[in-house]
Amino acid sequence: MPVYYTPEHEWVAVEGDRATIGITDHAQEQLGDVVFVELPEVGKKVSKGDDCAVVESVKAASDVFAPISGEVVEANEALADSPGMVNEDAEKGAWFYKLRIGNPAELEELMDRDAYDAHLATLD
Amino acid sequence: MTAETDLRTTPLDGLHRELGARMVPFAGWAMPVQYPMGILGEHRHCRAAAALFDVSHMGQVVIRGEEAAERFETLVPGNLKALGEGRARYTMLTNDEGGIIDDLIVTRTSDGLYVVVNAGRRDVDIPRIREALEPDCKVEELTDRALLALQGPAAVRVLERLAPAVADLAFMQSGTFDLSGVTCRVSRLGYTGEDGFEISVPADRATKLARTLLSAEEVEPAGLGARDSLRLEAGLCLYGHDIDETTTPIEADLAWAVGKRRLAEGGFPGHAVIAEQVRSGAPRKLVGIRPEGRAPVREGSPIENDEGTEIGRVTSGGFGPTVGAPVAMGYVSTGEVAPGTSLQLRQRGKSMPAEIVSLPFVPHNYKR
Repeated sequence: MPVYYTPEHEWVAVEGDRATIGITDHAQEQLGDVVFVELPEVGKKVSKGDDCAVVESVKAASDVFAPISGEVVEANEALADSPGMVNEDAEKGAWFYKLRIGNPAELEELMDRDAYDAHLATLD
Repeated sequence: MTAETDLRTTPLDGLHRELGARMVPFAGWAMPVQYPMGILGEHRHCRAAAALFDVSHMGQVVIRGEEAAERFETLVPGNLKALGEGRARYTMLTNDEGGIIDDLIVTRTSDGLYVVVNAGRRDVDIPRIREALEPDCKVEELTDRALLALQGPAAVRVLERLAPAVADLAFMQSGTFDLSGVTCRVSRLGYTGEDGFEISVPADRATKLARTLLSAEEVEPAGLGARDSLRLEAGLCLYGHDIDETTTPIEADLAWAVGKRRLAEGGFPGHAVIAEQVRSGAPRKLVGIRPEGRAPVREGSPIENDEGTEIGRVTSGGFGPTVGAPVAMGYVSTGEVAPGTSLQLRQRGKSMPAEIVSLPFVPHNYKR
């Protein structure tokens, strides 16, 4: 299952015409303790770059942008009761939402893991 | 935007970095916002045991002179003449409109006053104090001292190992104590709602004292993040957010800090406005707010009544780790301030139901 990354520290795991989206481990580390996640409603159509979710740490709220366009088909309801999962399992269990991919060509603009790791190395 | 290189550092800077703190700019200072434990953990540890904060960015001022208390009263509405030696009081510098220039703690010492002011306001406060008090009193900013805050129910147990007599201090009492061979001013107060102490220590001895305190198994270091969530749960105002030059002590629900004699006699800036608000009521009041659900509501969010009319703004908002839910404070029009009043908070284009509640969110745990 190919996984793509954005410079804004989201990951996109693709399976057929579905994409599962979350934030990276680096992102959760930067945010600190996550206390709330606001997820998009199922059925919502999003365009690449739209504000799609909000993740709140104790200190501040951060927007999570849609890394690709599509229609929201599922949101991770478990995060409503356990937002702290984002700190423990950001790149797997604490996925945010799933999209029916609108435009597969957009995936080509994203980074693979090596490119993302290289991007992270430029940060500190 | 200040470049990181322009930031001032406290005497504990090296220790913070060694402890793995995440450093952020705050009021011109490089300060730890959190350590590896994280804000939630540090907050909970402070409520359960003890946390050590570096608050050396705050301004420490010594005012010497027989008339220091009397003269300082010309700047603040607090009753300082009645303040006995070794007693501390919360008060505020006011402007002619009754607004708050800064909030501060004033302690009566053997030869005058010891004053602690907010980091972001020291450049405003200190010239103002000098102008009003010099040359009759000597005003000296202590730039060679660090300030540590040891806060939490276990703070007294830890500190009395170094100086047993600190246990005899009551809340808002202060004195000088020998801590591991260093003379420090120790005051039983803080900004967390918990029992605890603030320790003014010579800068060159601060790191050693901090290490000694951190070596106690009850103590963990905590940063500005936990300091903010702790003070918000305790219903304590943050200057520049909940109070500023446009808010009066009456609006900020700090009328308890306005001395009765001072209110009757006046003699401080803004007395007319403050006295009128005491008589006829203030147009708005700072209240506690509990948003429903789990989403924190942040500073600046408009507050509406049930009819959809905007009646104020959130001035502090976040997640209360001890409450286990979001908490906020904000100003609302007088008449809509009763606990139980339902509100709507607007954030990100949505209306979120909320309720006015009594402050504090978490009961104070002071040593009376």
